[in-house]
Amino acid sequence: MKHRTFFWFILPTLSAMILFIALPIVSVFVQSLFVEHEQVLVVTENCGPFGCTESTAVDVEATEKLRADQPLGQFNGLGTYANRSHLAFSEVGEAWSSSASFGEFWGKVYNLPFYSALAFTLAYTAVVTPLVLILGMAIAVGVNNLPGMLKGLAIFISLLPFLVTPLVGSLILFWMVDSDGVIGATIQRIFNDPSLSLKASTALTWTMLMVYGVWHTLPFSFITFYAGLQTVPEDTMEAAQIDGASKWQRMIHVVVPHLMPLVSFVTLMLIMDNFRVFEPIVSFKAEAHAQSLSWIIYNDLRESGNPLYASAGATSLITIILVIILMMPVLIRTWRDFTRKSH
Amino acid sequence: MATNAQSRMTPLKLFSYGFVAVWLIIAAFPFFWTFWGSFKVQADFLSKADWMNALRGTNTIEQTGSAFTGAGYYGAWVLEDFWFNFRNTGIVVFCTVVISLTFGTLGGYALARSGFRYAFWILMAALVFRAMPHITLVSGYLLPFFEWNVWGILPTTIIVLVAINQPFTLWMLHSFFKNIPKDMDESAMVDGCTRFQAFWHVIVPVMWPGVITTGLFSFLLAYNDFAVTAMLLSADNETIIPAINSFMGTTQVEGKVMYAVAAVVSTTAPLFVLILFFQRQIVSGLTAGAVKG
Repeated sequence: MKHRTFFWFILPTLSAMILFIALPIVSVFVQSLFVEHEQVLVVTENCGPFGCTESTAVDVEATEKLRADQPLGQFNGLGTYANRSHLAFSEVGEAWSSSASFGEFWGKVYNLPFYSALAFTLAYTAVVTPLVLILGMAIAVGVNNLPGMLKGLAIFISLLPFLVTPLVGSLILFWMVDSDGVIGATIQRIFNDPSLSLKASTALTWTMLMVYGVWHTLPFSFITFYAGLQTVPEDTMEAAQIDGASKWQRMIHVVVPHLMPLVSFVTLMLIMDNFRVFEPIVSFKAEAHAQSLSWIIYNDLRESGNPLYASAGATSLITIILVIILMMPVLIRTWRDFTRKSH
Repeated sequence: MATNAQSRMTPLKLFSYGFVAVWLIIAAFPFFWTFWGSFKVQADFLSKADWMNALRGTNTIEQTGSAFTGAGYYGAWVLEDFWFNFRNTGIVVFCTVVISLTFGTLGGYALARSGFRYAFWILMAALVFRAMPHITLVSGYLLPFFEWNVWGILPTTIIVLVAINQPFTLWMLHSFFKNIPKDMDESAMVDGCTRFQAFWHVIVPVMWPGVITTGLFSFLLAYNDFAVTAMLLSADNETIIPAINSFMGTTQVEGKVMYAVAAVVSTTAPLFVLILFFQRQIVSGLTAGAVKG
């Protein structure tokens, strides 16, 4: 295809991506460099019969004018990145030097908002991804053994939790685990503890969010592996059977290696999706015990009346960099594949 | 070939059947429970005393005289104007799908037919864009949109959703067009067609299966989105998902929780119908990128 024709074909999609994805990243970076103007203060001296008092007042007019003239705020450089709500270098350094044990150090760092969100996001990704891979594989094998009619039904039912709107799906579970809901109340009865609430402790909140994550993403890995199972070579399976391999051995030595390329694809997609975990925290109202990187950006932008653009921008940019680091292996492999093909 | 060894019930097989059965119950039960409960009153749906109340509707009979009530649906659709949010969602989703498919087909076709290095870089950039959490972009939109006075309206949201949709659409359609033999459009060009004519007369008639599959996923992305619609739409222009979230903020008062439950069931219904009719396409779309590597 000629360069010229290519240009006209790609123009609409490329301009959409440049205008609304690439430029916003630049905009995020620029706004993260500025902080809001401080209020302009005026000191007035009031002299009365009992002597003079100095009083400080906010000059509303001057503040408004300053904000209107420079809507971005005042330049702060990388200050926002280093402050307590983000990478918090000085706090981390101090915690390191003042802590006797690693546990104590981690306890202090975990109290910093950015690190606690990072810890939850990484823990969520690290727990949900392997669980979904293993359970998805097991269900795919199970469904593959079902009689034909039931296969379609099983896939239909499995698609529901995957395609349901994340906010809505997590609300549905939220009402069930509510202390008045069917699961919440039953658990209270089992443990005979009417004050037991899944929402009250950090460990239970994390577990609840991760259970939701598995419920929501399991169908994706199941269906991908199921499709892969349809292409397992019959000959190899039969040869293995003739050689006396048991069902389990055939599974481990023939089926699993055949699905390996799929595993890396599913892992990539799962990491991408799990890393942006956000809606369940809103639905479960779990922010007291679990915050994710996406959630703290959302919260900064929601700050009523006075959104923290700089803070949201800094967190966004750090998140984007983390995503690129996570994806590095895949990007490098795709790059190698491409160069091998073109030579 | 079903030999005796294959059809016999081994413990392993029994275990795997049981496992699938447990999964299917876990997958379906929450939907069934919420659907059934949406026709009850709150005292039954969230019944601490006895979960059987939700099935029998003890309090619903006491309060309304019948075991099923449409009060939640009436409250959501009529009293809280949920139909208006639904209409907004309809507009946003329709425009997003149509525009992003138009852009995506042109771009995906170009990428599939161009072997130059820059085509590869565009695909790589799209892969990175696809992985970024949507909310990270939203913080970049707000200030410029306020400045230009385009915040809060549907067209802005549509354009943003189209852009966020592009990376995925490009990848899907790019791999789909790669499977259409090059000879088809190239022989048309030998006969004197321009590139666009070849695309229009030869490729467009055969591309619909791929476009429909991609369109389904564009639909889901636009319909299910919360991060973009919640931050970019003003309160009087909300689509259904942010509307449900605002319901949750304001309706914790007794009785109104059922409005949110009814809204949630109403939101899930179109997805249910979608899976019913397009199950095959959805499955093939999910696995398209995977099976081909």
